[in-house]
Amino acid sequence: MQLKIAHQTIYRYSESVDYTVQQLRLFPDSFEGQQVRAWTIEAPQDSLPEFRDGFGNRTALLTLDRPHRQVVLRVIGEVETEEMHGVVRGVPEPLPPAFYMRSTSRTRASEGLERLARPARAESSPLNRLHRLMSLVHLRILYEPGETHVATTADEALAHGRGVCQDHAHVFITCARLLGFPARYVSGYLWTAEAMDHDASHAWAEAWVKGLGWVGFDAANGVSPSESYVRMACGLDYGDAAPVRGVRRGGGSEVLNVQLQVQQARLQVAA
Amino acid sequence: MAERIFNEMTGYDSRTRPVYERLQQWLGEIPPDLLQLRRDEAETLFRRIGITFAVYGEGGDPERLIPFDVIPRLLEAQEWERISQGLEQRVKALNAFLHDLYHEQEILRSGMIPEELILHNPAYEPEMQGLDLPRQVYTHISGIDLVRIGPDDCYVLEDNVRTPSGVSYMLENREVTMRLFPELFSRYSVEPVDHYCEELLSTLQSVAPRECPGDPTVAVLTPGIHNSAYYEHSFLADQMGVELVEGMDLFVRDRAVYMRTTQGPKRVDVLYRRVDDAFLDPLVFNPASMLGVPGLMAAYRLGTITLANAVGTGIADDKAVYTYVPEMVRFYLGEEPKLKNVPTWQCAREDDCRYVLEHLEELVVKEVRGSGGYGMLVGPKSTSDERERYAARIRANPGEFVAQPTLALSTCPTLVEEGVAPRHVDLRPFILMGESVQIIPGGLTRVALREGSLVVNSSQGGGTKDTWVLKS
Amino acid sequence: MLSRTADSLYWMARYMERAGNLARILEVADRMALSPTPESVAAPSNSEWRSALIISGTEWAYSQKYSDVTPAQVLHFLALDETNPSSIRSCIETARRNGRSMRTALTREVWENLNDTWLEVRGATPQRLAGSHVRGFLDWARERSLQFHGAATGTMLRDDTYAFTRLGTFVERGDNTARILDVKYHILLPEYAPVGGGRDYYQWAAILRAVSAHRSYRYIYRDSYKPWLIADLLILREEMPRSMTACLGQIVQHLGTLAERYGQRHECHRLAGQLYSEMRFAKISEVFQDGLHEFLSDFISRNMELSDQIRTDFLM
Repeated sequence: MQLKIAHQTIYRYSESVDYTVQQLRLFPDSFEGQQVRAWTIEAPQDSLPEFRDGFGNRTALLTLDRPHRQVVLRVIGEVETEEMHGVVRGVPEPLPPAFYMRSTSRTRASEGLERLARPARAESSPLNRLHRLMSLVHLRILYEPGETHVATTADEALAHGRGVCQDHAHVFITCARLLGFPARYVSGYLWTAEAMDHDASHAWAEAWVKGLGWVGFDAANGVSPSESYVRMACGLDYGDAAPVRGVRRGGGSEVLNVQLQVQQARLQVAA
Repeated sequence: MAERIFNEMTGYDSRTRPVYERLQQWLGEIPPDLLQLRRDEAETLFRRIGITFAVYGEGGDPERLIPFDVIPRLLEAQEWERISQGLEQRVKALNAFLHDLYHEQEILRSGMIPEELILHNPAYEPEMQGLDLPRQVYTHISGIDLVRIGPDDCYVLEDNVRTPSGVSYMLENREVTMRLFPELFSRYSVEPVDHYCEELLSTLQSVAPRECPGDPTVAVLTPGIHNSAYYEHSFLADQMGVELVEGMDLFVRDRAVYMRTTQGPKRVDVLYRRVDDAFLDPLVFNPASMLGVPGLMAAYRLGTITLANAVGTGIADDKAVYTYVPEMVRFYLGEEPKLKNVPTWQCAREDDCRYVLEHLEELVVKEVRGSGGYGMLVGPKSTSDERERYAARIRANPGEFVAQPTLALSTCPTLVEEGVAPRHVDLRPFILMGESVQIIPGGLTRVALREGSLVVNSSQGGGTKDTWVLKS
Repeated sequence: MLSRTADSLYWMARYMERAGNLARILEVADRMALSPTPESVAAPSNSEWRSALIISGTEWAYSQKYSDVTPAQVLHFLALDETNPSSIRSCIETARRNGRSMRTALTREVWENLNDTWLEVRGATPQRLAGSHVRGFLDWARERSLQFHGAATGTMLRDDTYAFTRLGTFVERGDNTARILDVKYHILLPEYAPVGGGRDYYQWAAILRAVSAHRSYRYIYRDSYKPWLIADLLILREEMPRSMTACLGQIVQHLGTLAERYGQRHECHRLAGQLYSEMRFAKISEVFQDGLHEFLSDFISRNMELSDQIRTDFLM
């Protein structure tokens, strides 16, 4: 699939900001089943220094030390994807799978999560257990934006019964670890046939299955990632893989505006 | 372990050891009240210099003076040589371990250390994975706590490779001793320590980033005036002639770290940071931290700044990892360890835990993540009530505790209310690692001032002594 | 030098100067209260105490706490009140806090002055302000402020450390002189009335005393108190160390030291130079013609602008 992505993020401030620093994880990698054909990022800094973080994610650093009232980030890119049935191969893996058994404040185990995961234990194969878990999470947490926030924990999301893809991913990750699978959070983009405009990028989870490696699970949609998915960054939870993490000095209150379009590229028509 | 206590002046049998002969003679000559007078003078000096440390949560004046014992501790050249070789070997192994953990993880693949002990340990820092450091140095400054139980019997009690403190006391103690007892000083030929800050500066300069243009700019990063070791931070910055900065003095621009100066932003190449990992960068660690510099870790990964010590070194001095240090020496250096570990029971292991619970009366039990002597149980000095309560804590969270036998720490002559009497001591030598390994002769001797007490931590009523390594 | 260090030096000096100035203002108020005039007995307005509040810019804060103006309340509020960030006590505390945060940049004498002053004022009880003790306390505060400057001039290396310390002192001092003159003139000359009579004499003497200039006045002018001469002395006379022009001269000089050391001039150099030359060539008759109040307000706001610019150029 040829996917075209246009992702614009605008931070507007009520007062002048003296200094902004942001860590951007807005760069997909090329690997098996995902080839980045073109990728540019427009930011209020000439050339963004880039590095790989400890999780292997491509990361850029944006710093602005002149007074400003807004920060505009514009990502335009084209990615070619193939159906891999959720299997992730060829991604830089600096950390061994066992590391991803570690829990974080957002993915702390609880009795409720343990209870939620329990029926999955009955399944015969590891892969079936994870698929069962995905549908359990999918059915248990209703997709409803605005009910949770970036700091909501898996346990809170479960108790609430509603949330967004980030919460589905956190609940799935926590439960998968309870079932003995290393699991991690993934951020990226999703193409859907119906809606054209999104107000946020997507997130899902990956779990490590012996013999198969990392496999993706999108509990928000109840499916494994397909060729409609563009994978960007991963980590123990949202905090590690967030597309933008920043700090500013001054500025008063902030208004965030996100415009995201993921389209299937039109076939090139010869002139 | 020997039950008898080794007295560093008189050995086991009241026969003065040769190294202490002149000191003992001097103690016999000097009128007792003059010794007391000198101690009062020393206290005045320390107060005037302002060497205090802060103790919180106990009420009273938080700015306290660490008691200074005026009688120096003596180490013979050969004694020190043995110790110093062991120290060099140990920090090299610890450093190699850190480099391996944050790269290939051979030691985990080999199965020598259980994978989960490292990977699930909060002290293991994923943000360090795959980062190449100048000269592959992680532990630029280490403090290794040693105890002695016999003439040739030294044990490592604890490794400190995060931000070990105490070196300013080592230096000030020497200043004060030389000032108060020039006549004693002249009876011995003592290895100097006052070049420490010079060595520290050149160590730090030697690990500047590869791309650093010109002479590297070094700065000391402190959490600020309310930190218990603030005096030391300002002392070291002052002695090295570099800026003492707080997080708000630094900012990241483009690829590098700058400090705000009256002449505009000035680039910093090496940061001797005395701020804990968790507070270094709100973009990566504790988002509420006001002590750090947002973007610092990005600059670190971009290779434009050196942090000393490196981030994530805490995994090497974790009390649960400690047990494996002798294995590390063999694994990385192919040598037999020259310094011994104290046998340690890991309560995380079922058998060990059972043993510990059955022998609480004989053991010292510590929290894996505790420090400063807080939250430990000294079995032989505890009441059955205390042991009961502690046992309950161990049962609830066995992974949080390790236990060691109660060591008969050596004693040194110490001036107390009743006169000169033996008191238990330990030793924290400081090891610098940059282009080469530098060990300052001696270190900080800590002394338990209460009779019979084995707890030397300053937060628990311990004092310090000047430590003299004699020239051969 | 770290900007934060320079910032601390600057504010340390400003606050020690402010503490001394407050002591002077209160001393004058207290002196005036002791020399009652027929008018003040007939209609006690406590105008001296009120003007102390106005000069120190604390009138509003005071009114939040007290419904009426009484000598004892104003004294306590401006001298020892911990909750008033502009009290003598609070100024000393702030000065010391700034000094403590960069102790290694200070000489021992400067630090000890700050520390001892703080320890004493911290222990001061309300008795220190009771009856005949007031004057002793105010004398002490004024002297400690002077000693601070003595310690600074007498022991500090003449480098940027010293320049930032002195900048703080003179920015604060010029501001203070302008405020005293502005407020007192309002009380004295509600309708630009001619001067005369016994009451005025004491008022004029009080203004001069507030800036330690009553003897200098006699020495320079050899004349009885005249409003334009007093204004001339406090605004334009460079030999008068607390005059606005003299303070600006010092500011220009210390900014010059910095420009030389750092090899760079900034916007603050331009602002200071401009204001200084205007002051040097001003005539007192013109000042009165255009309105003294307008002149002083203009000076106060430009001095503040200069202070902000110094911060932007060096301290942030």
